[in-house]
Amino acid sequence: MLIGGVLVITRKNAVHSALALIITLLAQAAIYLMLYAPFVAGVQIILYAGGIMVLFLFVIMLVNIDRALKERQFNSQWLAGIIAATVLGGLFIGVYSKGRDIFPDRALTVIEDGNTQKIATLLYGQYMFTFEIASLLLLVAIIGAVVMAKKRI
Amino acid sequence: MNAILQYIESYLSSDKTPGAAGNLFWMLVYILLVFVGLSVSVIAMNWLERKILAHMQVRLGPMRVGPHGLLQPFADALKLLLKEDIMPAEADAVIFWCAPFMVVLAAFIVFIVVPFGPTHAVTDMNIGILFMLGVSSLSVLGIVMAGWASNSHYPLIGALRSGAQMVSYEVAMGLAVVSAILMTSLNPSGTGTLSMIGIVQAQQAQHTWFVFKFFPLGLIAFFIFAVAMVAETNRAPFDLAEAESELTAGFHTEYSGFRWSLFFLAEYSAMIAVSSIAVTLWLGGWLRPFPNMLSGATWDQIFSLAPGAAFLFLAAMCFFNVLRMPKLPYFRIQTIGLAGFGVVLGLIGLVLLLPPVRVRIQDIFWFSAKVAAFMYLYIWYRGTFPRYRFDQLMRMGWKVLLPMGLGVVLLTAGVALALPNL
Repeated sequence: MLIGGVLVITRKNAVHSALALIITLLAQAAIYLMLYAPFVAGVQIILYAGGIMVLFLFVIMLVNIDRALKERQFNSQWLAGIIAATVLGGLFIGVYSKGRDIFPDRALTVIEDGNTQKIATLLYGQYMFTFEIASLLLLVAIIGAVVMAKKRI
Repeated sequence: MNAILQYIESYLSSDKTPGAAGNLFWMLVYILLVFVGLSVSVIAMNWLERKILAHMQVRLGPMRVGPHGLLQPFADALKLLLKEDIMPAEADAVIFWCAPFMVVLAAFIVFIVVPFGPTHAVTDMNIGILFMLGVSSLSVLGIVMAGWASNSHYPLIGALRSGAQMVSYEVAMGLAVVSAILMTSLNPSGTGTLSMIGIVQAQQAQHTWFVFKFFPLGLIAFFIFAVAMVAETNRAPFDLAEAESELTAGFHTEYSGFRWSLFFLAEYSAMIAVSSIAVTLWLGGWLRPFPNMLSGATWDQIFSLAPGAAFLFLAAMCFFNVLRMPKLPYFRIQTIGLAGFGVVLGLIGLVLLLPPVRVRIQDIFWFSAKVAAFMYLYIWYRGTFPRYRFDQLMRMGWKVLLPMGLGVVLLTAGVALALPNL
């Protein structure tokens, strides 16, 4: 996953970056599997790697990337970048050292039988309102995209 | 030797798939068997497609290379392996190399969860059907990459069209699958399941194939999936993206030799994979026909003769055609070849009639027979229907199949809540 992430930001060719992002997303699905959440892993592959990345690739291929390939890569903000990365690393170390007591010592021993059922019970039971609002948000996004793309309404 | 036989016996009488039992050796054996079986099926599909299309168009098809063209697929494979491997000048080498690799990967990995029997899958994930849908959606990426990497207009247009078509029909497929999964939650134990083996066992427990359940809802869901799966695999009548007369072979125009054969292999494997999904979800997987109406030991025995009888029938057809071969001297080798093929088929049929083999081969045989029926349907569609224009294709995917799918899901859920005992 780390290799994929590094490749995303260092490739000059946008299509290569998109492919590296696909690798990163598949690695993330594997991480979900290791956390005993097979349903989330499956849905990640279907939606993210198989749906959203296809749309990314469509857009990248329809936009002319030859000019971007020939431009020189520059890093003029390298000082700010190093400071930000150091602060983020310090944050990670702080969270790990202070919060280590919250997590159990050994790996999770949850059986993975009920992941789908548990997600369904939570999503359609306790978080039903949030679910409906999220679907409304997606509807608004779709309508917005159609309005922006149509020549005349 | 005795220890080996004992090891094999002890495994064959287990009741778990190799994945569930954690048995690495048998998992590898199953993977190898699936791989070999797939390759043989793709070769057979090539010959069958050309022969059946030809007979539907009142012509003969390949007849020269081997008796009745039986060696034609091998000749094709040899030619493809020996062809020059061309890469276009300005093509992106990394993506050009990766694209057929991704498509083949996506097409072959789905066979991990395909259930040939209650314990005859490589492994049985609890998210089996989700895994299959997800991995088969990765082949879209491979196709789009192939069109882009060819750096030429026709492949790019073909790839983008194909990608749009596959993404559109995935939605309809997903809805039809959801409606079938809804029906699995009506079994006596009360919980549904996403695992492929669990779905077939739910059909067994509810004493009905899901295609006949809640008539006509199961049938409509099956119909939606059957149409969407043909569109998903870019086959006629939805093959605008790779049709010769429209786009000079579409996204795989610039591929030659072995790379093209990888696309070809992936296409037929994907056809077999989505047919396996349809068979597992609606047609009862490995269950024999009429498991409950005609049940009992005698009917079991009669149905267990079916595999051997099928192969013996094929052998009889071979011998009948041997008699019809022209009796000229230069046909002698072909006649002998056909007779030899008939003898091999007959021997397989006789082996399948032996009692110890008869009991075990049933599940695999019924599953393969149903998938073979779907393959015949694929070829039949190709020979019968004219091609859809691309806007008609997208209209069908979004404006016809998607509302139908939503309606089927709603109605199935409603009927399942209202009449749980049906």
